Amino acid sequence: MTAASLDFTGENLLRELAPQVLGAVIRRFRDFSAAEDAVQEALLAAAVQWPEEGVPDNPRGWLIQVAARRMTDQVRSELARRRRETVVVMQSPPDEQLTPSLDSGDGMEQDDTLILLFMCCHPALTRPSAIALTLRAVGGLTTAEIANAFLVPEATMAQRISRAKLRIKASGVPFRMPTDQERAERLGAVLHVLYLIFNEGYSSSIGPNLQRSDLANEAIRLTRAVHNLLPDVEEVSGLLALMLLTDARRPARTGPDGELIPLTEQDRTLWDRNAIAEGVALITDTLSRGSIGAYQLQAAVAAVHDEAVRAEDTDWPQIVALYGLLKRMSDNPMVTLNHAIAVAMVNGPPAGLELLKALGADERMAGHYRLDAVRAHLLEMAGDREAAIARYRAAAGRTTSIPERNYLTTKAARLTQLLDRK
Amino acid sequence: MKFMLMMHAPRGTGDWSVFKWPPEDLKAHINFMKRFAKELKDAGELVAAEGLAAPDQARVVRARKGGGPEVTDGPFPEAKEFLAGYWIVDVESPEQAYEIAARASAAPGPGGAPLNLRIEVREVMSAPPVDL
Repeated sequence: MTAASLDFTGENLLRELAPQVLGAVIRRFRDFSAAEDAVQEALLAAAVQWPEEGVPDNPRGWLIQVAARRMTDQVRSELARRRRETVVVMQSPPDEQLTPSLDSGDGMEQDDTLILLFMCCHPALTRPSAIALTLRAVGGLTTAEIANAFLVPEATMAQRISRAKLRIKASGVPFRMPTDQERAERLGAVLHVLYLIFNEGYSSSIGPNLQRSDLANEAIRLTRAVHNLLPDVEEVSGLLALMLLTDARRPARTGPDGELIPLTEQDRTLWDRNAIAEGVALITDTLSRGSIGAYQLQAAVAAVHDEAVRAEDTDWPQIVALYGLLKRMSDNPMVTLNHAIAVAMVNGPPAGLELLKALGADERMAGHYRLDAVRAHLLEMAGDREAAIARYRAAAGRTTSIPERNYLTTKAARLTQLLDRK
Repeated sequence: MKFMLMMHAPRGTGDWSVFKWPPEDLKAHINFMKRFAKELKDAGELVAAEGLAAPDQARVVRARKGGGPEVTDGPFPEAKEFLAGYWIVDVESPEQAYEIAARASAAPGPGGAPLNLRIEVREVMSAPPVDL
């Protein structure tokens, strides 16, 4: 194998093996925090040695062995310290027990990846902590890569990760599958964390921020792994389809200077046809199986958009129906907002604006820029330029996203110019 | 969510009033600031923090007609306060940022009494845009 090809496949292999190795080491040593450090060291050692010496025959076993050796060294020095301090003779670490039972290859590695995900997305953790820990422990990213992606200093991210690990240690979560009762809820937390990672990457992949768009790829990779482990869980398939169908539009959603291009104005020939085909097949198959959830419905909406060759071909009545179902499923004002847009496309802007009235009274939405932005858009569609300008400006003043503020300000400026010309 | 916390100090006679503090009070203040920065770092919340040089070193720059800097002494004489330093923190909510700002505002001054400096809290434009 040449060094160049190893560089690529080796990295993928390492990332894939990372959670399995970590799972095996935690299973043996029962110490998440120390095991995580030891596995990171083993991964680094592999990244240095494999390109030169070639990938070992049993890469997983190799990594486990190196990580376990680190753990043993650590246990030894810990014991030595205690011995010095208390002069209590303790039995020497049983390192002869380490390797054979760890890498028994009995299919445990599949479960280990899932158990790790359940641990990292534990409800006891804050969302930023869960995200960082998932990317590091399950995704195999380095702390520096995660820090880059979230635009914080590496020391800050290291601290966030180590606090998360301590929290898991303190909570005493056992390293095993959640019970059937817990499972649905815990799986929901896992999917939510994966969704947030995707969103952070996808939504931020504006302009030169390429590091952040890697997060979207990482989220897709992780969700695909979960889907392979749980192919029959509909919401997992739904989330994977949603990510694929959304990510397919990434090349078209920004212009040359990183400016946002709304869905209706995107060059659809730039959309990734393969991703769309995969996503559509996945969601079609999933929806036919029965149990319908929010990710599946959102994926179905994305599929309807992606299947329209031109914006004007969009099957808006179907989107109205899908958002209607979503509305019944969850009390989320963002869903109502999207429903209103679809209704406006089918029945005209006044019908959409009517639906927005109720949202203005909703505390969660009242001061939100998205409400103003959508209102502005519908008012513009209705031909009420002056009111639209006021709403675009209000939205621009409330958003905390620079590309979005640029977009909204430009919309207001264009309409103002049109008014002045009359 | 990232927030910038800007600490404003009263301008007074134009100098840093800290130069007139007793050394032990100054030391207590400096130690507080060091400890505060370390706490933010340990909590995984610190993005950046800087203290600024004394205001008599401040200059105000404007573009000259035809380009190039036009430099004058600053800050503006009518300003009652000047920016003494800032922190950028990455937290989960505005409330957490306000909490941190309140801690900074309570930095000890002469006699160890809290200074209660004014801290302006502004969200950094780092939120991801949603699809339009």
